[in-house]
Amino acid sequence: MPKDGGIGASSKRREDIRFLTGEGNYTDDINLRGQAYVFFLRSDIAHGTINSIDTSAATGMPGVVKIFTAADFEGVGSIPCGWQVTDKHGEVMQEPAHPVLASGKVRHVGEPMAAVVAETLAQARDAAEAIVVDISDLPAVVDMKDALKADAPKVHDDLKSNLCYDWGFVEENKAAVEEAFQNAAHVTTLELRNNRLVANPMEPRVAVGDFARGTGDHTLYTTSQNPHVIRLLMGAFVLGIPEHKLRVVAPDVGGGFGTKIFHYQEEAFVTFAAKACNRPVKWTSSRTEAFMSDAHGRDHVTTIQLALDAENNFTALRTDTHANMGAYLSTFAPSVPTWLHGTLMAGNYRTPLIYVNVKAVFTNTVPVDAYRGAGRPEATFQLERVIDKAAIELGVDAVALRRQNFITEFPYATPVAVEYDTGDYVATMDKLTEIADLAGFEARRKESEARGKLRGLGVNCYIEACGIAPSNLVGQLGARAGLFESATVRVNATGGLVVMTGSHSHGQGHETSFAQVVAEMIGIDENMIEIVHGDTANTPMGMGTYGSRSIAVGGSAMVRATEKIIAKAKKIASHLLEASEGDIELKDGAFSVAGTDKSVAWGDVTLAAYVPHNYPLDDIEPGLEETAFYDPSNFTYPSGAYACEVEVDRDTGQVTIERFAAADDFGNIINPMIVSGQVHGGIAQGIGQALLENCAYDENGQLLSASYMDYAMPRAYDMPFFDVDHSCQTPCTHNPLGVKGCGEAGAIGSPPAVVGAVVDALRSSGRDVTHIDMPLSPNRVWAAMQ
Amino acid sequence: MYNFDFVKPATVDEAVKALGDEDAQALGGGQTLIPTLKQRLASPSKLVSLTGISDMQGVTKDGDSVVIGGGTTHRVVAEDAADAYPGLAGLAGRIGDPAVRNRGTIGGSLANNDPSACYPAAALGSGATIVTNTREIAADDYFQGMFTTALEEGEIITQVRFPIPKVSHYSKIAQPASRFPLVAVFVAQYAGGVRVAVTGASNNGVFRWSEAEAALSQNFAADALEGLTLPADDMIGDLHGTAAYRAHLVGVMTRRAVTAAS
Repeated sequence: MPKDGGIGASSKRREDIRFLTGEGNYTDDINLRGQAYVFFLRSDIAHGTINSIDTSAATGMPGVVKIFTAADFEGVGSIPCGWQVTDKHGEVMQEPAHPVLASGKVRHVGEPMAAVVAETLAQARDAAEAIVVDISDLPAVVDMKDALKADAPKVHDDLKSNLCYDWGFVEENKAAVEEAFQNAAHVTTLELRNNRLVANPMEPRVAVGDFARGTGDHTLYTTSQNPHVIRLLMGAFVLGIPEHKLRVVAPDVGGGFGTKIFHYQEEAFVTFAAKACNRPVKWTSSRTEAFMSDAHGRDHVTTIQLALDAENNFTALRTDTHANMGAYLSTFAPSVPTWLHGTLMAGNYRTPLIYVNVKAVFTNTVPVDAYRGAGRPEATFQLERVIDKAAIELGVDAVALRRQNFITEFPYATPVAVEYDTGDYVATMDKLTEIADLAGFEARRKESEARGKLRGLGVNCYIEACGIAPSNLVGQLGARAGLFESATVRVNATGGLVVMTGSHSHGQGHETSFAQVVAEMIGIDENMIEIVHGDTANTPMGMGTYGSRSIAVGGSAMVRATEKIIAKAKKIASHLLEASEGDIELKDGAFSVAGTDKSVAWGDVTLAAYVPHNYPLDDIEPGLEETAFYDPSNFTYPSGAYACEVEVDRDTGQVTIERFAAADDFGNIINPMIVSGQVHGGIAQGIGQALLENCAYDENGQLLSASYMDYAMPRAYDMPFFDVDHSCQTPCTHNPLGVKGCGEAGAIGSPPAVVGAVVDALRSSGRDVTHIDMPLSPNRVWAAMQ
Repeated sequence: MYNFDFVKPATVDEAVKALGDEDAQALGGGQTLIPTLKQRLASPSKLVSLTGISDMQGVTKDGDSVVIGGGTTHRVVAEDAADAYPGLAGLAGRIGDPAVRNRGTIGGSLANNDPSACYPAAALGSGATIVTNTREIAADDYFQGMFTTALEEGEIITQVRFPIPKVSHYSKIAQPASRFPLVAVFVAQYAGGVRVAVTGASNNGVFRWSEAEAALSQNFAADALEGLTLPADDMIGDLHGTAAYRAHLVGVMTRRAVTAAS
């Protein structure tokens, strides 16, 4: 029987009322009195030396307030990188300066060179066209392997080379891995590319800077997934504004997918310019700017090798990846191909020896950073694809090969430094087998063939590490930040609650699901609880939302704070009931004395806290407000099994997704409807990557896919009905809710299933195809059939 | 967008007069021109909207032809030409998406002559007559390469006259991002022979595939195309398809159009 509230209920998303009726308050909806607009003059070449920027003609143009170039930012800090990777020789990564406006050189198409602040956006744009930039073209490096050649042009002249780092993991395993490969009965090798993507949240980035001259207070309104992180990075490292004089507000945010984690130049610019111009300054990204200034995702080129013994047990795994950093290090870029990627290479399998090598490379392209899944999709894709290829080479069933090598005992310490606390990969594969009707596939294939279509099936597993933490561990791994989360629970006198969370909701539905948790704990209606997020002025320091961490880390902080509330409320109740505190029970919003019919309602206790006439003032303070910071002891490890069935048009190579099933283990579930929605969205993005999306540069570093005319986003039309199931639940052992996180799973688990299905379809017609690089455009699939 | 003046005349004569101004530009549905203006890639002094001219609106049947006003939207063609010329209506109903079809016009599409637009295939494949304020131009003379037509400066497409074929069909494979044709083929069978017009494929814009026309005029069946191929030399090659793939698709789409038409 479905619950109608609390944990496990599919409560309707309360935030959708305002989103769907145009009542949302997005950053672009914020317009301040006296506001001016900035237009960024961006580089249209990938690499060049700036000889001069002449703003003299532009300065006198109508409406111009002030024109900025790099010279105006002397003494201003570099846009910081939040993670320092140490390479396999013990050297720290090469870390270039990242100026707010290009200084000396431009290093990618879209890099801002000058900024015009004017009364209107059109006037700013007009004036920008009158700026004369004298720039000398330099040869661009675009291909990562070319960039590492000795004679390659350097993206940063002050660095030794274009190699950011050469990371080996686990370096101590390397010799044993080599030996295992020499002793292998079979070795499967696969070369592949994980295609570069543009996140394309529905809402482009926006930033509004404000400065109050009377108080010296700065405010930045920005489209961010983590306003406290932006406040710390921008305040401490770029502009030198102490946090108590800087407020960062991320109001309703229309999707992020990772690309709104990072601190961008435009945020620092409007904050700086608001003071310099003494008036609010607003920037709204055009979609074209988004393509060439939002951090991109993925872009790995990998060779992976799997060693097996004579019984087809996995004995070793070795991968060699080139990871594109783009022209500068975005906030978390160095962590994505390393700690969010190498640590996941065991997947769901009992491979005893693993060695991961990653070369991170600077190129004259937009910076690359985390995008939904961030490192874990890249790990999953290569691992699951090489298993499929091994099964083909060995002539065995790919699902059976996976099952044979599943990890079955938990906790399980992988050879890549992480310990899975719980999981049941047999159960999720069994569930997938049922919901995907794998037994009926051959009949469906025959039916497709009767219609002249090829049909294929792809099945794979995934594991991810969510709730990225704990702080002391990530600190050792190079994070320049803590990864705790926070919550303040404020109970009002009449019993309603406000939960101020350091997590940020930009589509995930926290306002609904977080309220369900607190409602369950106290036994009151969800509508008595308000969730507040996104403003550093009224929420405790939090690290924000990414890596599927909000419920696992932010939710846990909220639970801890609520536990403190309940403990104090019980003290108050024991006083009111004249009973021993240990005898007080809280159930359905009332405190009662065990074994009696004496009780006092939640609202009476909260009122007593603020009207403490009959109150134990000698023992406890009045009021009912508590804060908790939660730093988990481990990652969480959601896992699952996915199946995709496709039809392929023999003549055109067009692929249609006919069925898609996902069996996920997210541990305990707060709101099954929201979880399904997260999985649906993730799968849609995974299908987008697998079939459609391709961020492409030409050899000169020109962005070829710079608009929706050439960058193919997935449409509803491209999607089948999804069969999703999350009834397999092995709760996380180390957080109070037993939750694991669900935000990225769909995007991680789906691409290998789609590619596997297309390969299977082509093989059914006798073609010896083992892999096709994403996106599987009609042209690529057709070419694979020739 | 740069500033410009905007006029919306009610007659063709007024429109022609307005277009006589220096740097004046005709505006149909604006599905290409408006995005171009927004990107500041064009700076006309004046936009002359043709959508207010009632004489340039609507679909009428005139003997063996369908006559469509130059300012008629795709949606109206899709609905009002469905009985008289279903192949043409089918093409119009699959251009872009509903928003595009409610704004875009046949005259605008033909005047722009995008190498990947749908309407040029119908006009050339039907042997249509492009009627302007000054003359009538046969489709075979009208299309002169990518974004190039026989139109003179300031000349307005007031009507397009389509001879109605016995059967016809438009087969399209969409470019995944833009949904413009990656390759599309319009096939129409007339008493005097079959016409095959290809869009999306060639660097020279829409073209007739004469070998296919000859074969299909003998035998209007997909089998008649067996062994016929097009060279990839002049085909478009880009992110979404190589020249060889496009050449291959011309054959596939032609066979499908014939099969669907017969």
